[in-house]
Amino acid sequence: MAYRYRSPLTYADVTPKHIYMNRRQLMAGSSALLGAGLIGGHARAQGALEPNSFEDITNYNNFYEFGTGKTDPAANADRLTTDPWSIEIDGLVDNPGTYSLAELLEGMTIEERIYRLRCVEAWSMVVPWNGFELADLLTRVGVQDGAQYVAFETLVRPEEMPGQRRNILDWPYREGLRLDEAMHPLTILATGLYGEALPNQNGAPLRLVVPWKYGFKSIKSIVRISLVADEPEATWNMQNPREYGFYSNVNPNVDHPRWSQATERRVGGGLFSGRDETLMFNGYEDEVASMYDGMDLSVYY
Amino acid sequence: MAARGRRFPDAPASQVACIVLMKRAAALSGRQVPLLRMTKMIDWINQTSRKLPEWPLYFIGFVPAAWLLWLGVNGGLGVEPIRTLEQTLGRIALQFLFASLMVTPLRRFAGLNLLKFRRPLGLLGFGYVCLHLATWLALDMVFLWGQIVEDLTERPFIIIGMTVFLLLLPLALTSTRKWIRRLGPRWQTLHRLIYLAVPLAGIHFLMQERVWTVQLIVYLTLAFGLVGIRLIWMRRRTAR
Repeated sequence: MAYRYRSPLTYADVTPKHIYMNRRQLMAGSSALLGAGLIGGHARAQGALEPNSFEDITNYNNFYEFGTGKTDPAANADRLTTDPWSIEIDGLVDNPGTYSLAELLEGMTIEERIYRLRCVEAWSMVVPWNGFELADLLTRVGVQDGAQYVAFETLVRPEEMPGQRRNILDWPYREGLRLDEAMHPLTILATGLYGEALPNQNGAPLRLVVPWKYGFKSIKSIVRISLVADEPEATWNMQNPREYGFYSNVNPNVDHPRWSQATERRVGGGLFSGRDETLMFNGYEDEVASMYDGMDLSVYY
Repeated sequence: MAARGRRFPDAPASQVACIVLMKRAAALSGRQVPLLRMTKMIDWINQTSRKLPEWPLYFIGFVPAAWLLWLGVNGGLGVEPIRTLEQTLGRIALQFLFASLMVTPLRRFAGLNLLKFRRPLGLLGFGYVCLHLATWLALDMVFLWGQIVEDLTERPFIIIGMTVFLLLLPLALTSTRKWIRRLGPRWQTLHRLIYLAVPLAGIHFLMQERVWTVQLIVYLTLAFGLVGIRLIWMRRRTAR
């Protein structure tokens, strides 16, 4: 079931490395010109899906297992051992068991997906992921009747994940999707970005990517996938249910209780990057909105 | 008690207690620091600071802002420079306000007289609050007035942040000698607004965090601790 979604852009559109490495300086240089146009400005409509640089994507991460600062994961994640790696698949499946990463990837078609990533903190980037559809894996392990949700867990290894030595969150990090969301063509398990192996700070060796939901739903460094009947626990939802709902679909009309979600900052654009309008379902409305027909999205946020 | 009577006949009790504590801490850490050397050091700082003018502090105080701006323009503030600039300016503002609130406790507990630096420290704090606010308006919100008004009316942490600015504004405006003379005893009453502004700034910091970090706990402890000392002093004064 690979290739069910085609990104409007391909690898040919990815900015060459030597250009994107210089982009920040160009941005800074043009800042004076931009500055004049800022007074009384308004958020830009979103333009083309031009990916952020590899440098941006790997140096601005929320991965609290390695620290709460945005550059902590880049600084600390090299300690993580990702080989060997195994993933436990359990619950309502025909073929439960502990799969090595190689076993799990067997028969999966790795393709590129250039997706927007919208963080709940109102920043965003565009990432050229490499991965496979979660649906392919779920089909292979055999989803049994009665399974309604998919639950995921991140590795717990405090000796390699310094952030886990403090109870800033209730470890292990947990996330979940409704089964139809998990089977959706847009939902992938990523194994790389920019055609390279997934850097540790981005959730190596295997992470979820659900592009129409806030970034924290896209759980990193997965060690367990469970098919379950009831809505599973999700870490940020447990931490603060008023602020982080189970669905957490990107929605410019439903604000975070403490800040607006109407606009976002595309990171990597320098001091004068301004704000872009946030798109409903992060720009994937045509593909995913029907899954939520009849649901009040301000209640199921 | 006998030792205190001999060596520091004029020192207030709290100051002596503090020096004794410092000496004990030094002894525990294995390094013997004679009491006499400690008091000599404090005397030296007091005498030197008396000779130093306070105006260079205004220039030195804005070096971090200039450095941040230089870094920002040259791509040295990381992937999201606006957020880094905004948050760093906010933290520096708090640091200067903390420093200004430390002047009195340092005098009472350690006999350090840095009173002449209190006004520059407070004004620098306000200066950084202004830079922090300007960064929010111009770079972060890019003058999206609709969203700015919504934030200022609906988002408690933004409302609190703006309240801090409005509380500090009259303090900065009345910081001149002329105003101190004109207001007389009311000046001191007015400037107690700082005891409200600093804890509110701490809450403003707290409210945009997603989890408890060590940094946050340190800032909150200072914000409430430095004002808490004043409340204890005030209670003692009224009890007497």
